[in-house]
Amino acid sequence: MKKLILTAILISSFSFAADIETSGFVDARYGIRTQSDPNSDQETLNEVRLQLSSIWYHDLFTLTARSDFLYDGVANNHDRIDLETGGGPVDLREFNILFTPVDWADVKIGRQILTWGTGDLLFINDLFSKDWKSFFSGRDEEYLKAPSDALFMSFFPSFANIDVAYMPRFDADRFIDGERLSYWNGTGLTGADLQTDKPDNGFSDDEIAARVYRTFKGVEVAVYLYDGFWKTPQGFDPLSGKKTFPKLSVYGVSARGALAGGIASFETGYYASRDDRDGTNPNIPDSQIRLLAGYEHEIVKNLTGSAQYYLEHTPDTDDNRHVLTFRLTQKLMNQNLTLGLFTYWSPSDQDGYLRPSAAYKLSDRWKLEARGNFFFGQNNHTFFGQFADNNNVSLAARYSF
Amino acid sequence: MKKWIAALLTLASINTFALTVDEIVTKANEAAYYAGNDGQADVKMTITDAGGGERVREFRILRLNTGEGTQKFYVYFTAPADVARQVFMVWKEVAQGKDDSRWLFLPALNLVKPIAPGDKRTSFVGSDFVYEDVSGRALWEDTHELIEETDTQYLIKNTPNDPGAVDFSEYTVLIDKQTFLPVKAEYLDKNGKLFRRVEAVKIETVQGHPTVIESRVDDLARGGHTVNSFSNIQYDTGLTDMIFTERFLRRPPREATR
Repeated sequence: MKKLILTAILISSFSFAADIETSGFVDARYGIRTQSDPNSDQETLNEVRLQLSSIWYHDLFTLTARSDFLYDGVANNHDRIDLETGGGPVDLREFNILFTPVDWADVKIGRQILTWGTGDLLFINDLFSKDWKSFFSGRDEEYLKAPSDALFMSFFPSFANIDVAYMPRFDADRFIDGERLSYWNGTGLTGADLQTDKPDNGFSDDEIAARVYRTFKGVEVAVYLYDGFWKTPQGFDPLSGKKTFPKLSVYGVSARGALAGGIASFETGYYASRDDRDGTNPNIPDSQIRLLAGYEHEIVKNLTGSAQYYLEHTPDTDDNRHVLTFRLTQKLMNQNLTLGLFTYWSPSDQDGYLRPSAAYKLSDRWKLEARGNFFFGQNNHTFFGQFADNNNVSLAARYSF
Repeated sequence: MKKWIAALLTLASINTFALTVDEIVTKANEAAYYAGNDGQADVKMTITDAGGGERVREFRILRLNTGEGTQKFYVYFTAPADVARQVFMVWKEVAQGKDDSRWLFLPALNLVKPIAPGDKRTSFVGSDFVYEDVSGRALWEDTHELIEETDTQYLIKNTPNDPGAVDFSEYTVLIDKQTFLPVKAEYLDKNGKLFRRVEAVKIETVQGHPTVIESRVDDLARGGHTVNSFSNIQYDTGLTDMIFTERFLRRPPREATR
């Protein structure tokens, strides 16, 4: 009888269909500063990367494995695999299983890229890991998103959709730490290794992020919650002399919908700096209100423009940081040539950042790309101003298969 | 009384055999875009430019009719490799003053991005097809005239009601009387010159629905053409509204990946 049941289970499992999709690319990329930097080498990028991706679609689950294998001539670390920072020859991008335990829920466990929110290259309620090093040094824009090791659960009751992400161990951003790019260390510009003390105890130094969203008459409305740490080392421990990641909670909302032939979006969040609630400790960032409003519209056929206004307001000091962004994207030559310009400009910090790009698809397999990253600022200590010695241009060739 | 009945019958028979132009274009629109309650197919799109260079897009398309002319489309790309697993989703509107809603899912970023409505005469994924060829053009946007009728075909002339919004001054459509499928459309530019032709090259009957299994568009102004081949066509598989949501943008349903 047991045998019979076993056979029945085996036979029934054979009746499930499975499909495997594999793909990948080889990407060679070289980036160089357009001026010298006393604190860094001339090259910002010099790498060859192989990405292999395999997805197994089964009726009962989906398994995803996607990893980069690279030779990186600029990195300080060539040999030691560090999956957290992406250092070394392997950068595991995704390794997860997704399944649907009940009709109204999905569960994804493992390494995954997580994204939500309405901003375009600005983030308020998306506190999943970013890779600023890749972003500023000329890698493909997809590398701005760093992977998270998470349990991601989605629930779909009739009244709303609910996403909950649990990261058992804090995933910091891949922040600017002196490798590749120089930065402001509080007293001057430096390319020295940034010394940090990162919370890294499993299940106690954890992060949780949640989103509840639904659409009302074409407007997607979302409420967000985050409980974890500042994603970049914005705190300082005077005893150890190391930068720290103080505790952070974020409560936010967003709305996005069609407006006058374009897409309008609004997002806001309250950053509660839980290690310094009254804003008296100078070594811990103060709580902030952050706000973002954006609009995107097709200007003419194949040319799209968008603009965003972003505010960081610090109630304790009554400081405001205003940022405006503009994006232009033009597609030419049967959409095989894409020209883009993304601009950040802060009138309050008197600094900014230009990201021009050109990408040409030679064929279905070959793509050439040129990028620029140009920073400017009145002062060395502002967010973009500190990178003024890091202006760079890069060239890339990618073969996809 | 008998005469009266005879007259009525004659009237009715005239109505049966001589369709008005509105009836013809409505039936053609239904045959071309609304067959069944839902439909799905694998599409191989071969784009040949004026110089003979070739590019291939492959995707699976799911369609659901959602009433009053509205439809939902789910397009799951499998090739070329650099766009594989991207999803393009449309909630099509036909009522005047309502824009379609469109989304793109970028898997490497796990990003669901709404796309600004935009010009529907823009190239679809770099091909010679425009968005409107894929999802259909609302009937109220043109004035239709029946200019020729043969035993087998109708020839309809369509003049845009808002000429400033489109890249053509008029287009004619040849409609097969038996299947009501449009078999050829020819577009004239603002100077009255033929610049674009869309044709149904192969038609087969699938589950009782006459279905275009190969279509071709020629860009006569610049040279170059695109051929769409459809395979694994199925109707009425019971697709549900649920598939056409953010949940299934982020995790493609088995209907798309199988």
